[in-house]
Order: sequence, then C-alpha cells, then structure tokens
Amino acid sequence: MFGYHSREFVEERIVYMKKVYADPQSALAGILKDGMVILSGGFGLAGIPEALTQALRESGVKGLTVVSNNAGVDGIGLGLLLETRQIKKMISSYVGENKLFAQQYLAGDLELEFNPQGTLAERIRAGGAGIPAFFTKTGVGTLIAEGKETREFDGETYVMERGIVGDLALVHAWKGDTEGNLVYRKTARNFNPMMATAARVTVAEVEHLVEPGEIEPDQIHTPGIFVKRIVHVPVIGAKRIEHRTTRPRTAAA
Amino acid sequence: MAWTREQMAARAARELQDGFYVNLGIGIPTLVSNYIPPGVSVVLQSENGMLGMGPFPYEGEEDPDLINAGKQTITELPITSYFSSADSFAMIRGGHIDLSILGAMQVAENGDLANWMIPGKMVKGMGGAMDLVAGVKKVVVVMEHVSKDGPKLLHRCTLPLTGEHVVDLVITDLGVFSIDKHGGRGMSLIERAEGVSLDEIRSKTQAEFTVSERAKAA
Repeated sequence: MFGYHSREFVEERIVYMKKVYADPQSALAGILKDGMVILSGGFGLAGIPEALTQALRESGVKGLTVVSNNAGVDGIGLGLLLETRQIKKMISSYVGENKLFAQQYLAGDLELEFNPQGTLAERIRAGGAGIPAFFTKTGVGTLIAEGKETREFDGETYVMERGIVGDLALVHAWKGDTEGNLVYRKTARNFNPMMATAARVTVAEVEHLVEPGEIEPDQIHTPGIFVKRIVHVPVIGAKRIEHRTTRPRTAAA
Repeated sequence: MAWTREQMAARAARELQDGFYVNLGIGIPTLVSNYIPPGVSVVLQSENGMLGMGPFPYEGEEDPDLINAGKQTITELPITSYFSSADSFAMIRGGHIDLSILGAMQVAENGDLANWMIPGKMVKGMGGAMDLVAGVKKVVVVMEHVSKDGPKLLHRCTLPLTGEHVVDLVITDLGVFSIDKHGGRGMSLIERAEGVSLDEIRSKTQAEFTVSERAKAA
C-alpha cells in the first residue's frame, strides 16, 4: 500500500493532542512571566479574548508589553489590565475609546507605540510566517518612518517594518475542535488569525468546542498547528456592543 | 450659504462611480452612503475585515460580532465576505480599493494630510488612515473649511502628517478643491457652494490655490 492505510487503521492509531484545558486559569498556568510580550486578538470588543484577559488579571503577571489593535474600553478587555497597571507598554493603532489609557499615558505611566493598522496586521502576519522585516509605503514621510530604513523600489519610497513575534498569543474563536482547528465569526476574525501564528505559545478561547471531524476541513481558518492550548468559554448572556447603531423599521433602504 | 454636513456628503457621493470598491471613514464620510446616486452600485469595505457592508440593523437585530471600523453595529449583504485584518490591508495597501473618503484636521496645497494627532493633546492613534492614504487609488477629504483655530487648508501642515502627497480632492462646507498631488499644479478651487463668495473662501484659506472658470462663474 506504500504508506496508504485504511480509514479504520488510521483512526485506531491517531493520538489526539492534549490541548484542551478545563478553564482559562489552567490554560495559562506555567506560561506566564513578568515582562513578557502578549499578542491579544480583537478589534473593538469583537473577538477579544475576554475570559483569558480576566485570567491574566487574576494571575497578577506584570510589566507586560501588549500588542493589540485597541486597548479595550474602560473596564472591559485590556481595560481590566490597565486598572491593575499590569501593562508597561502597548503596541496599537487606535486607543481612543479608553479614558484610563489616555490618563496613564499622559501621566507617563504607560509606554505607547502607535502602528498604522495595516502595518500592525502585516508585522504580526510576517512574524508568524518567519519574515523578520518587510517594506511598505504606509507612513513614509511621517513620524512613523522616523529612524527606520527606507528604500526605493520602482521609483517609490518604502519604509522597513519589523515582523512581530510574541511570547504568548491570546485569541478568541467562535468554534474550535480539540486539535486546535479554529473558525472565527464575521468581523470577530480581525487580528486573531495572524496573532495565532505569531507567538511561541497560542491559547485560544472558543465559544463552541467540538470533536475532530465536526468542522469541515475546508472551512477551517486557523489550522491546529498554531494553537497549543484551547479552552471552552461558552457565551453567557449577550456579548457587549460598543456603539449600538440601528435604523427604524419604516425607513427606506 | 455654506453647505451642511448632509450637502457635503451628497457632494462627496458624486465621486462614486459604478463598480467602485470604496472605504468610508468615520463622521461625515459615513453619511456618504446615504447619497449614492441612482444607477451607481458600489461595494463598501470596512478595514477591520469586511467587504460588502450593509446598513445599520433593525433594532433588536444587532450582532456584536458584526461591526464596522467605527465599532458600530452593521449588517451583511448577499455579496458580503469576511477576512482577516491582514487580508483587509492587502486590499488597501495593494491598490485594490478605488476610493477612500475621510476626514481631516489639515490639508496642505501639495496634498499632505494631517488627521491623526495633536501633540500633547490628543492620544488616539491613526487606525487605518495611514494605510488608506498610502494605498487607495483616489483619496477624497471631507471637512469643515475652518476650525476654531483658523484655516485648515494650509501651505504646509503644522500637525504630524498622516501621509505626504496623498489627497486628490477636498470637499468643505464652502467648496471643492482639486489637488495635483504628484504634479506641480498645486491646488485649484473647482466649485463653490451656492452663495459663497470667492472673497470669503480666500479669507478663510491659507493655501495657495487657482480658481477654475466654473468656480469663478458660479
């Protein structure tokens, strides 16, 4: 058969990975260290790893550098870690929703590195893909390019940006199986897929945990190789909405 | 009479062409989707990771996992697709989006744009603005002509830049200016709001600009 085996033969011999942890606290046990670099998924409040962030707060780990597009809002998401001053530095593209953040930054208690959103996304994608640096035209001629190498390609100037690799990535997925294969939902996908690839350890919280085979292989967004630990966090009650905008039922489209 | 926010949005909507992929910024630019001309079909991109953005949901149908770049609840359409933020900015940086409409604090006569930071005062961040102006084919700014601090159309921006030589068109409450951002022809007033005099515009504009025949005549 030259390496081909019957389905029954294979199924008897699959050793299922032990990736599933009972709760967010145990999912983070043994991997936290003061001063570590953490990638935290989400955009606004969509797709943020809320339960893992809460567990991070309870762990008391501090001096963190957190890479996240936003900084949560007051009292939600990364806002929780700002309250306890566990974050030393943020790498973000937009932090306008968080008053505590502004206070701590203006008081000099918090370091901040702004990255253009697309540059941030690509730095993480590159880091996860083993690419240490790349050139982009985003930010050329602005504060963002100061002190960075620039180069001309085809008559246009580009600035060099570095890939990001974190010590730990925390991601939120809609569905995951016990092998760590993940599926995200709608715009809650955002930064989660790149972050899952770009850290030494990735921990995923999933709303629905299923057995292997229950997710169509063609539909998987993040293959299990990128996910070391997974924890089932069912949604209780309604998820929070930052800006609730609606239209009246009578209005024409 | 100066244009209202709605009139500015309606004027910006005339830049939309059938088949365009468009990214709309927060504020007045968001209103542009209410004035898409009849017979013109455009696809709206939201840089957090969505193509084919629909209107706000009916009350009670909001989905926390379905938001736009301004974190507002929205809806999907039959043409909608979702993707990661890396793919989203591949669309933007890679030149696949036809038009970006955004707000500004300052625009210079050479097309420089400042809209993300006031040193010592405002700590918010640029979000996707720097990527949008660097990568999108045509960049339209919609803004009030003056701020409480004075003119916003300047010889050179005094605030930290979002991009150099990036703005193609500026729509204010007083008129419309085109900018030859890569050439040497600078800024040109091409339309005036009804009843707004050339003198008023000149007195409220620091940037050098020429006046088109149409803007002279109106």
